[in-house]
Amino acid sequence: MNTLIEVKDLKKYFKTHKGNLHAVDGVSFAIAKGETLGVVGESGCGKSTLGRITIHLLEATSGSIRFEGEDISQLDRADLKRYRQDMQMIFQDPFSSLDPRMSVSNIIAEPLKIYGKYKDSADLSEQVGRLMDTVGLARRLSDSYPHELDGGRRQRIGVARALSLNPKFIVCDEPVSALDVSIQAQILNLMQDLQEEFNLTYLFITHNMAVVKHISDNILVMYMGKMVEYAPSKTIFAERLHPYTKALLAAVPVPVLGGKKGRHLLKGEITSPINPKPGCRFAKRCDYATEICSTEDPAFIEVKAGHFAACHHVKSINGLS
Amino acid sequence: MSDKILEIKDLVVHYITDKTTVKAVNGISLSLERGESLGLVGETGAGKTTTALSVMQLIPDPPGKIMSGEILYEGQDLVSMEPTQKREIRGNHISMIFQDPMTALNPVLSVGDQIAEVVRLHQKISRAQASIKAQEMLELVGIPGERYAEYPHQFSGGMKQRVVIAIALACNPKLLIADEPTTALDVTIQDQVLDLIEKLMREFGTSLLLITHDLGVVAEICQKAAIMYAGEIVEYGTLKHIYEKTAHPYTVGLFGSVPNLTVDVDRLNPIKGLMPDPTDLPIGCPFAPRCPDVMPRCVASPVPVTEVESGHYVKCVKFLRSEAER
Repeated sequence: MNTLIEVKDLKKYFKTHKGNLHAVDGVSFAIAKGETLGVVGESGCGKSTLGRITIHLLEATSGSIRFEGEDISQLDRADLKRYRQDMQMIFQDPFSSLDPRMSVSNIIAEPLKIYGKYKDSADLSEQVGRLMDTVGLARRLSDSYPHELDGGRRQRIGVARALSLNPKFIVCDEPVSALDVSIQAQILNLMQDLQEEFNLTYLFITHNMAVVKHISDNILVMYMGKMVEYAPSKTIFAERLHPYTKALLAAVPVPVLGGKKGRHLLKGEITSPINPKPGCRFAKRCDYATEICSTEDPAFIEVKAGHFAACHHVKSINGLS
Repeated sequence: MSDKILEIKDLVVHYITDKTTVKAVNGISLSLERGESLGLVGETGAGKTTTALSVMQLIPDPPGKIMSGEILYEGQDLVSMEPTQKREIRGNHISMIFQDPMTALNPVLSVGDQIAEVVRLHQKISRAQASIKAQEMLELVGIPGERYAEYPHQFSGGMKQRVVIAIALACNPKLLIADEPTTALDVTIQDQVLDLIEKLMREFGTSLLLITHDLGVVAEICQKAAIMYAGEIVEYGTLKHIYEKTAHPYTVGLFGSVPNLTVDVDRLNPIKGLMPDPTDLPIGCPFAPRCPDVMPRCVASPVPVTEVESGHYVKCVKFLRSEAER
């Protein structure tokens, strides 16, 4: 596998006055060049924090991040700047991630200016124009301001800005969640086209199962900062091993008549991630929980070839020996 | 008397400002029978919430104005009713679950008091009785009664939405309007809230007008669906009509845009273009500029509604029967 980015045992704890909040707790993954890893989970499971520490927008508490084989977790600011151009981010909210006082062309040109890519302003504006063409924004909008545009167009600005430095890796943090379905589909198609054209690698963070299934090669399911299940996209939708993944997928309403057979309600809600006790964090909501689940952390093991899960009872639940 | 609890006839709502007029709702008609649930589906700006607020008679005026049309609740027209009479019905017979549980609650009142307030407004009972009723409502939506005196910030999103539901149901309304009740919630919590709404409908025989952009949610708890686009209902019928005999190109486009868990597709098939500007709507079909099957007739003049099958209404040139209409 031609790995572009690999993280090992990544942790991020936030200090609060009540104690340490374990936002990301021992996450490891690797993404091959040109592939997409989808990270799914409910709000507060640490998926956005994971995205941010992966590209060093936040400092990880511990763990290693290797980008093209080099460990970048310990680099200082100046060294990091070299890597920043290869790693970009598309943010969730196209309404707050764009500076309201900058015009569209200035927003897209900003990364190019910071890295001094074009000395000549005519070249710069030509490049900005090309980027706008790439993401399907009419060039006449280059002097508009974000508030004049709708959500779909704004998200295209965000995509153009992320593409401006020719990155290899893009973290997409819920890039379509704030958009209407018809616009959402346009942006998803655009992102797929761009991936093909520029051989981009995505870390795609979302809470939407259908979207993640559509766009990902592999899927990582998170629950309260922990990895719960990891498998190729096709595998996980055909067979899920962890009780949480099962419940999560069962809860998704399907736009098909009779698409859902009976309701299997997951009881309770996500509990506090501050100073969590040892044991499986899903135990309180899990139908299969026994004593061991609330005393011992389940190991993240390869249950079947390429299909990992963290559950003490994964074999008995799924009838595996 | 027919068994229709709500009937909207040719409703037109505009928001009028000095500069422009936003045509939010342009002549929609629909009806809801007792105990029935109808899903009103559409994208941002389609006029779903304006429709809901019109039924509640809560359109902010100015700038909002109901230009024409009737909203009949059990045969009485809400639009022409006296304000005192409206207050009698609102919150008591018809109530609404608002979209965002984070902002729908008053942060400086305890959740129990907020439920008791509705009860005391509509029923002549003492404070003490009202708080007992409020506690019962909390229990009903799955929150322990002891949490009566707690404030909204002490609850999670899903629990806040339950409190909003408890307020809406406190007076046993006959008609419940739910405006995107689960959009702000996680899927597992959404599942719990939908289950609760369904259970309460069965128990009290409440009718439901559910506003959403999620075709999946409609498939789960509604019997009928109306698809809205630019202030018009473009398709209306039972779930079978909408999901299995989809007729209007916009509805087809909506289904093509949603990635589906049960079907594998490599590429989505989105609707091209954007919603029309509600201050400058086309004369003909509002969907014509984005429609793959557009014909000259579509842009020429307004398109009438055709009943393609008993109970299945479509507003599209393709389905017009008589030559005169074409």
